[in-house]
Amino acid sequence: MDQGTIGSIFTVIVFVSFVGVCYWAFSSRNKKNFDEAANLVFDDEKKKNLNKEDQES
Amino acid sequence: MSETSQVHPEYNYKVVRQFTVMTVVWGIIGMSLGVLIAAQLFAPALNFDIPWLTYSRLRPLHTNSVIFAFGGSALFATSYYIVQRTSQVRLFSDKLAAFTFWGWQAVIVSAVITLPLGYTSSKEYAELEWPIDILITLVWLAYIINFFGTLVIRKTSHIYVANWFLGAFMLTVAVLHIGNSMVVPVSLTKSYPIYAGAVDAMMQWWYGHNAVGFFLTAGFLGMMYYFVPKQAGRPVYSYRLSIVHFWALISLYIWAGPHHLHYTALPDWTQSLGMAMSIILFVPSWGGMINGIMTLSGAWHKLRTDPVLRFLIVSLSFYGMSTFEGPMMAIKTVNALSHYTDWTIGHVHSGALGWVAMITIGSVYHLVPILFGQPKMYSTKLINIHFWLATIGVVLYIVAMWMSGVLQGLMWRAVNSDGTLTYSFVESLEASKPFYIVRFIGGLFVVTGMFIMAYNCYRTINAPKESVAANPATAAA
Repeated sequence: MDQGTIGSIFTVIVFVSFVGVCYWAFSSRNKKNFDEAANLVFDDEKKKNLNKEDQES
Repeated sequence: MSETSQVHPEYNYKVVRQFTVMTVVWGIIGMSLGVLIAAQLFAPALNFDIPWLTYSRLRPLHTNSVIFAFGGSALFATSYYIVQRTSQVRLFSDKLAAFTFWGWQAVIVSAVITLPLGYTSSKEYAELEWPIDILITLVWLAYIINFFGTLVIRKTSHIYVANWFLGAFMLTVAVLHIGNSMVVPVSLTKSYPIYAGAVDAMMQWWYGHNAVGFFLTAGFLGMMYYFVPKQAGRPVYSYRLSIVHFWALISLYIWAGPHHLHYTALPDWTQSLGMAMSIILFVPSWGGMINGIMTLSGAWHKLRTDPVLRFLIVSLSFYGMSTFEGPMMAIKTVNALSHYTDWTIGHVHSGALGWVAMITIGSVYHLVPILFGQPKMYSTKLINIHFWLATIGVVLYIVAMWMSGVLQGLMWRAVNSDGTLTYSFVESLEASKPFYIVRFIGGLFVVTGMFIMAYNCYRTINAPKESVAANPATAAA
């Protein structure tokens, strides 16, 4: 195989992978998961506050 | 939310505190060195005829200390912090964490000693000689084990996107460092690369540009994806965009290195490939920038009252600016004008001072009160002053370098009708002098801001617990 063929195959593989990543990211099946993940930044403080309320009551 | 004043006993905050304090310390040292060598460029007598203080030896010390000491400490601090908080679990190993802290400080101290003495491998951003390279490798492996170990034992079902960026940064930097540092030692202090000629140059800039792409970009994007949502009090604008951003960025950056070697002995197709990949990189870079800035959508008023958030958002503006400028400069015809001129230096500093330093400073202002059990920083006013000093300083710096760079480029390429050069090199140097003075003043602004930050952190850390009154504007952070 010459360099041009390898280059073409590689380009196609990368393109297909990119479409795959986009499909995975934007499919509605994953929306809930991603929303949960996006809120991980705040999750451990919520847990903290809940524990606090438990102790107070 | 009184979250800021809780100390989180289950997390390992000791190593985060250590690295955060050292971020400020190395920031001041590294940037002050930068100001000194900036002054040497218009007043050469400032090397005092001492070999250890010459530009040639202090310049690598400046780059190493701002990138690896200041930036590196910031990355260690924030990655250890982010991975614990988003995985809701203590670090995998406290011993490994302590080893990475002391090991990394040992690496930096070795650099501070060996570089002024003139020991160098002469590879840009990889000047340290082989025994130090081995220590870096060991510390880095411990870092990787500790970070990924923490992800393995996490108590959450998802791995937050900031950790993806941080993980990619660690793995890639390991590959880059080991690949580029392959040398044959001839003594304890001297070695030669196993690569030769154009291959050596390509290895160097594969490493060099990915030091920018992964150390200074992917790592700090990890920081951005945690601290911007946290400080703004709302989740990232689009988590889906952040996924596409991640995969596009890491798969493109690795190819961009050849743009440092346009019009050299590197094969033409390699140069063109590097140029094409660099231009495409504009897209994921701006995707990430927009994702960060739009996180504030609907809460723009917070920028008026919260200087910490202002640091974070302005850093993203500089990120957008330099990731537009970079692809443009990678175009061969533009590069013919810009390469080897001060334009490159201006570009690097709009990235390093505008993006990397500002996102770090914002993150440190966010972290210090949390780590040391205070509701907020000692003085919000001083943060605001720091913000303006940093912004004015960076703008002075990059505008001066743009003008100097374009002027140099035009003077160097000017030819007379008989084909001889119109200007000698010294004439172009003479023309750059006023811009060097402006650049020096810009640097002074930035360093002054860093000293104010150090004072503010010192007062916050040393205040009795919970004694700094909470400010309603920042307490929600």
